[in-house]
Amino acid sequence: MAKQDERIAVAKTYKIYIDGKFPRTESGRYFTLQDDKGNVIANMCRGSRKDFRNAVVAARNAQPGWAKASAYLRGQILYRIGEMLEGRREQFVAELKLQGSTARAAEKEIDQSIDRLIYFAGWADKYQQVFSAVNPVASSHFNFSVLEPTGVVAVLAPDDSSLLGLISNIAPAIAGGNSCVALASETRPLCAISFAEVLHASDVPGGVVNILTGLRSELTSQFASHMDVNAIIYCDGGRSTAKTVQELAADNIKRVIDRNRVDWNKDADNPYLIRDTQEVKTTWHPIGT
Amino acid sequence: MATPENKLAFDGGWAYDPAPESTDHVSIKKRYGHFINGEFVAPENGKYFDTINPATEEKLSRVAQGSDADVDKAVKAARDAYRTTWGRMKPAERGKYIYRIARIMQERAREFSVIESLDGGKPIRESRDVDIPLAAAHFFYYAGWADKLEYAFPGRTAKPLGVAGQVIPWNFPLLMASWKIAPAIACGNTVVLKPAETTPLTALKLAEVIADAGLPPGVVNIVTGAGAAGAAVVQHPNVDKVAFTGSTNVGRIIQKALAGTNKKYTLELGGKAANIIFADAAIDQAVEGIVNGIFFNQGHVCCAGSRLLVQESVADEVIAKLKDRMETLIVGDPLDKNTDIGAINSPMQLDKIQSYLKIGKAEGADMHQSSCRVPKKGYWCRPTIFTGVSQSNRVVQEEIFGPVLAIQTFRREDEALVKANNTPYGLSGGVWTDKGSKIFKMTQDVRAGVVWANTFNKFDPTSPFGGYKESGVGREGGLHGLDAYVKLGA
Repeated sequence: MAKQDERIAVAKTYKIYIDGKFPRTESGRYFTLQDDKGNVIANMCRGSRKDFRNAVVAARNAQPGWAKASAYLRGQILYRIGEMLEGRREQFVAELKLQGSTARAAEKEIDQSIDRLIYFAGWADKYQQVFSAVNPVASSHFNFSVLEPTGVVAVLAPDDSSLLGLISNIAPAIAGGNSCVALASETRPLCAISFAEVLHASDVPGGVVNILTGLRSELTSQFASHMDVNAIIYCDGGRSTAKTVQELAADNIKRVIDRNRVDWNKDADNPYLIRDTQEVKTTWHPIGT
Repeated sequence: MATPENKLAFDGGWAYDPAPESTDHVSIKKRYGHFINGEFVAPENGKYFDTINPATEEKLSRVAQGSDADVDKAVKAARDAYRTTWGRMKPAERGKYIYRIARIMQERAREFSVIESLDGGKPIRESRDVDIPLAAAHFFYYAGWADKLEYAFPGRTAKPLGVAGQVIPWNFPLLMASWKIAPAIACGNTVVLKPAETTPLTALKLAEVIADAGLPPGVVNIVTGAGAAGAAVVQHPNVDKVAFTGSTNVGRIIQKALAGTNKKYTLELGGKAANIIFADAAIDQAVEGIVNGIFFNQGHVCCAGSRLLVQESVADEVIAKLKDRMETLIVGDPLDKNTDIGAINSPMQLDKIQSYLKIGKAEGADMHQSSCRVPKKGYWCRPTIFTGVSQSNRVVQEEIFGPVLAIQTFRREDEALVKANNTPYGLSGGVWTDKGSKIFKMTQDVRAGVVWANTFNKFDPTSPFGGYKESGVGREGGLHGLDAYVKLGA
């Protein structure tokens, strides 16, 4: 019982993030998150297939414009996400602790998350130079290969590394001009939604990143089978998840990216994560008068 | 607009005399086994099947009908070679073996060209000038990569995968074999290749070259047969990587079959490329590009320009000129050096093309074919165009894989882009305009892996090839084609 003059804290309602807005799940369903003593932390949205489909529509609509934004601008926006996250450091540390992290682990995770955003911000206008080519064809043609974003990327984010792992998948996808729909960690979903608020405050156009919460068992097959998704990244679940995802992904020849064994602390600082969700386009033109 | 005054009078001149390429320098054995562990061996089940000349329906040879047991033997040979010789060899030495293959292929180019045209039906002009030189060039190009892989993947180390299982189609038999085998073995892998059922001969000739080049036994193994042999290659548990070129439907089945395995895969699948002609294009050149785009290799090309999108203001002119040009195309003996369009590869493929001609007409499109005569024996299809089609017509949406063009018009470039991108495919595209800025806009916005501007159907070993969307996964050719055959480590 609070004392009469004590202020009552305002608890946050965790919603989902679709098309730059924060709706509740259209299904009206929820799942409850508890701390290790059984206290209720929050009722999370139990996202539905329909939520996912709405998110894909938003992602599809937003993607061409995002891809057309200059690499410089995409880099600045990623940098801006890092700035915003730095400013809200304490909130994330608190949420990570609430989800079961030690203080030290929480500090480390937020530090690495911010640094990773800055890392990929820097790649936005450089990976193209590293991975493109001018090809010395034998005929009289100018021929070059460049990377283009594959389109809409679905992300089944890692369950254990709930903030760093999420960011390590989203940042390279959007640095390369893709849009994405991510399913947050099921057991540690809090900071994914708070991260959506950071995105929202960072000039990321609505629909470029969409984040859902919900049950992995219910949504994995929806993420993998959607016919208007170009690539799917999955981060845990072992062999059986891999098999399900890959089988369903084949319906429209999705690019399937297995990040099961990635150590998010040290393996994710490289531009090959960007390249994973890129297509190589080769253009020919005759040389003549 | 073609008028009686400026219409080219192709039919008023002299007739072409036959100019057949001779076949007396070519040797084809009566029967071929599989090429496993450096030698030709009989199939385990003792079964053989005929490979025929689609232009004459005559039998050329008998080749082994591959079964699971044969594939298993080949995979074992490949695994042993990977462990004992090829995987341990100094990369520079690997490269020198591959250079040898390229050189011997160049020496025997004429023989390869004739056999390619005999077995597959493609005009000798194309096998002589495109398929065979490009096949040799792929070996020469990738040979040099063998000892330079650290420069291809900055910040990473590239290691071979092990045994690559490769299944290839019948439209460019030797070229497909080369562009799959060359990068695989350059990166240190060993190979089991399954050629297409209807065109096995040049792959078996390549086996002779590989033996002559002295490659260690088991580095390249070739198992002939039908779809079941291909499935056995794909599903073999000791294969580390699968490379497939063929239809999107089979590609989908393969991607599903590989689910839950750790096999790496690349898929080069179907296409329905739009060739977009703007009013400001050089129209005569564009017409040549349309012809090359759809009638090259009888239209048996996954990246064929099988949809023409022509700007409305020049549509009548372009179509009139195209019809004139189609009248000049010579359909017939693939070995004749004057032939433009050879034989359809197989009776099955001819049935498929003819069923699409019926579908197109039933959907209400207007069909036009050139009036040329075709031989009585063999499998033939006259060059064909459909006009009056809409975006949802099956002849617009589905890959026909024959000399059949669907023609649509557009007014604005955004309309052209919407139509061009509105299929499940994304392999290739073409843009014709004299305006540079428009070329860059269009080539950027066409969702396809290869875009030809003011040209079409050009290929080179240094140039990556592969599709967006349902046209496949991964790239073959060029620096980017190495990725399919290595695992990258920190």
